[in-house]
Amino acid sequence: MRRLVLWVPLCAFILFLAVVAKALYFPAGTAVYSALIGQPMPEFSLPAAMPGRPGLSAQALRQGRPQIVNIFASWCLPCRTEARQLGELARRGLPVVGIAIRDRQEDLAAFLDAFGDPFSAIGADVDRRVQLNLGSVGVPETFIVDGRGIIRYQHIGPITDGDMPAIIAAYEAAQ
Amino acid sequence: MIAEAGLALLWLAAALSLLQLVLGWAALRPGGEAMLRIVRPVAVAQGILVGLAFLTLIWLFLRTDLSVKLVAANSHSLKPWLYKFAGAWGNHEGSMLLWVTVLAVAGGAVALFERRLRQDTLIATLAAQAAIGLGFYAFLLFASNPFQRLTDIPDEGNGLNPLLQDPGLAFHPPTLYFGYVGISIAFSFAVGALVTRDVGPAFARAMRPWVLVAWIFLTLGITAGSYWAYYELGWGGWWFWDPVENASLMPWLAATALLHSVTVLATRAGLRAWTIMLAVVAFSMSMVGTFIVRSGLLTSVHAFAVDPLRGYFILGLLTLYIGGALVLFALRVRHVREGSPFEPVSREGALVANNLLLSVVLGLVFVGTLYPKLAEALGWSVSVGASYFNLVTAPLVILLVVVMALGPMLRWRSDRLKSVTGRAAAPVLLSALTLAALILWAPGIGPLPLLGLTVAPGVALASLMPLLGRNLRRTPLFTYGMVIAHLGIAVSLAGMAADSAFTQERLIALRPGQSTQVGGGFTVRFKAVQPVVGPNWTAVEAELEISRNGGAPFTLRPDARRFFQPPMDTSESSIQTLWDGQFYAALGQSDELGRWQFRLWWKPFVTLIWLGGVMIAFGGLLSLVGRLRRERRGRKIAKGKAKAVPDAVVESHA
Repeated sequence: MRRLVLWVPLCAFILFLAVVAKALYFPAGTAVYSALIGQPMPEFSLPAAMPGRPGLSAQALRQGRPQIVNIFASWCLPCRTEARQLGELARRGLPVVGIAIRDRQEDLAAFLDAFGDPFSAIGADVDRRVQLNLGSVGVPETFIVDGRGIIRYQHIGPITDGDMPAIIAAYEAAQ
Repeated sequence: MIAEAGLALLWLAAALSLLQLVLGWAALRPGGEAMLRIVRPVAVAQGILVGLAFLTLIWLFLRTDLSVKLVAANSHSLKPWLYKFAGAWGNHEGSMLLWVTVLAVAGGAVALFERRLRQDTLIATLAAQAAIGLGFYAFLLFASNPFQRLTDIPDEGNGLNPLLQDPGLAFHPPTLYFGYVGISIAFSFAVGALVTRDVGPAFARAMRPWVLVAWIFLTLGITAGSYWAYYELGWGGWWFWDPVENASLMPWLAATALLHSVTVLATRAGLRAWTIMLAVVAFSMSMVGTFIVRSGLLTSVHAFAVDPLRGYFILGLLTLYIGGALVLFALRVRHVREGSPFEPVSREGALVANNLLLSVVLGLVFVGTLYPKLAEALGWSVSVGASYFNLVTAPLVILLVVVMALGPMLRWRSDRLKSVTGRAAAPVLLSALTLAALILWAPGIGPLPLLGLTVAPGVALASLMPLLGRNLRRTPLFTYGMVIAHLGIAVSLAGMAADSAFTQERLIALRPGQSTQVGGGFTVRFKAVQPVVGPNWTAVEAELEISRNGGAPFTLRPDARRFFQPPMDTSESSIQTLWDGQFYAALGQSDELGRWQFRLWWKPFVTLIWLGGVMIAFGGLLSLVGRLRRERRGRKIAKGKAKAVPDAVVESHA
C-alpha cells in the first residue's frame, strides 16, 4: 500500500501536464462573457434603490415579456455616456430596469436628475453580489432577459449609437 | 562587442554546468573519488561567469545600447537611470537570465560554503543543480537570447511597461527571484540525498540554513509585491489572487512547511520522506509558476510578450525535472528508514498538523489557479475569483494560525493535554475578551474578519509565551526568531482582518470645489486639477484636502498619468499613512461636464499586513544567524576538545 502511495505525486503531476499541454495547444479567447447566457436568471431580490419606487427581483423578470437589465452606478463615468441610448430604448417602449452597484441614494438621485431616468425599477446591489452571480465583471453592462427569465444577450461596456440595432434585434428575438 | 562578450560568458557558463554534471556523475561511480575535488571549483566558476553575463546585460541597459534587440524593445534613452537598470529584468529574456543567474550563484554558494553535508551527497546535490541549470541555459541560448543584435539600429527604444516604472518594483523581482529560485537548493539537496540514500538529521541540519535564506527572500519579495499591487494598481486591494501572485505564494507555502518539517527531521529524525517530498514540491512550484507566467497560459499583469514555443520548451523542462524527481522519490524513498515515533499531542504532532494544513492550503490555491484551464479542457467555461480563494483558504489559515500558536507550547515527543490547556488559558481569555468587545462595540462585521480579529490578539500573546520564564539574555537567537516570525503572522492577520472588517469605501465623481465625506470622519475637498510633466510622462494631478473630524488637514495628490513610450495610461494613487491606518485616493477619468472620478478609501490598520510580513522575514533572519552562530560555536568546542586531549595526556605523564 505504502509503495503505491509513493506514486501518487507523480500521477498528480502527469494529470497537471495533460491539462496544461491541452490548454497550451488550444488557446482560448480572452473576453469575459457571462457563462449564464441561455440560462435562467439566478434567484435574487434587491431592495429599492430609490424610495417610493420598486426594487428588483428575479421574480419580476419572469413576467412574460422580455426586459433590458442595465447594470450601472452613479460613480461610473462611462455609464453617463449611455444614458441617452437607454432613454431612447425606453421611449421606444422597451422596458428598462436597473441594478445600481455600490451606490448611495443621494448620489443616485443626482445622477438620475442630471442624465435622465429610463428605469421602471432600480435594485440596489450594495455588495455586488447579484452582479457577480450574473457573471458580470464591470459597469456598465446590459443584459436582455426573456419573458421566462432566461438570459438571452449580454452587452459589455456603454451602449453606443452603433450598438443600438443589435440590442433592439436581440430584444425582438427574445420575444 | 559587449553584447558578444555577454553571450560568450553565457555559453561558457553553460559548458561548465555540463562539466559539473558529468564530473559529479563520474565522482559518484566507484573509483571516481579523484573527481571530487574538481566539482566544487567548477560550480563556483559557473556562478561567477553567469553573474558576469548578467552584469553585462545591465551595462547594456544603462548605456541604452539600441543595437541590442532586447534593449531597443524595452528601454528608452529618456528613462530615469533606475528604470534603465531595472529594465534589464523587466522583460522575458532578462528575467530568465536573472533566473539562471540566481540558480548558478546559489549552486556556487553551496559549493563554497557547505561543509556539513556528506561529501558524496554534496557532489550529487551540485550535479542536480547543474542538471537544472543546463536545461535553462538551453532555454536562454536557443529560445530567449538576451544578447541578440539588430541589423537595423533604431533611433529610439520602445520603453519599459509603465506599470513597472516604480522604485518598489525595481527591486521586487530580484528579491523574489532569490527566494523563488534559491529554493532550488532544497530541490537539489533532496535529489542528492535520494541518490546517496542520505536522509537523516545531519542532512536536515545542513539543508535548513539554505531553505531559510530562500524563504526570507521569498517572504520579503511577496510582501513588497503585495504593497506594490496595493498602491500601483489603484484598486486599494493588497492581494488579487492573480495567477502570478499565486505562483509566488505556492512555493512560499511549501517552503514554510519544509522549514518546519526539516526541524522535526533535524531534532527528532522524523518525517524523512515527507521532508524530501516538500523540498521537491517547493521548487516544482517555482518552476510551475515560471511556466505559468512565461507561457502566457493564464493572463496576468506579469505576463510579458507571449510565445507558445517558449511555453512548450519550459513545459518540457518541467516534465524532465519534476517528473524525474518524483520517479526518483517513488523508487528510492522506501529505502529511507523512518525516525523515532511520537504522540499526537506533542511538538511533532503540532508540526505535522501545521504541515498538513499548509499543504491543503497549497493544494486549494493550486487547484483554484489551474481549475479554469482544467474546466476548459473538459469544455466548460469558469472563472475562479477572489471569492473562491478567500472562502476556502481563510478558515484553514485561521486554524493554521491557532495550531502555530499552540505548537511552541508543546514538548517534543509527548505532552499532556491538561498542561497544554493550562498554558493556553491566557491567550484564549484574551481572544474571548476581544470577541466580546467586538460584538459590543463593532457589530455587523462579517464572520471571517470577526474570526480573524478575535484570533489575532490571542495568537500574538501565545507567540510570546515561549519566552515566558526564560532567562532572556541566555535564550538562543533562533528562539527569538521563531517568536518574532509567529508574532508577525498574528500582526499580519490582524491587518488583513481589520482591512476587510472596517474599510470605508467611496466611489464618486466630483467637480473642483466640491466636497464629500468618507466613513471614519473624513471630509475630502477636491481643490483643483493641474497638469504635471515627468521625465517620460505627462499627467493630470488632482489636489485633495482631507481633514479628519475637523482636525488639521493633509493634502493628497493622486494623478492619472499618460506615458509616451510605450503609450499607456496609468493611475498613480496617493496615500497618507496615519497612526491607525491609511487614507488612499486614486483618480479616474473625467467626463465632458468637468467631473472627475475618484476612488477613496479609509483603511484602518492596513499597514499591519506588511509590517507583519517584514517581521516574519526578520524572524527568519534572526533564526538563521542564531543557527549559524550555534554551529560555529559547536565546531570551535569540538576543535578545542581535540586539542585538549593531547594536553591532558601530556599532563598525566608528568
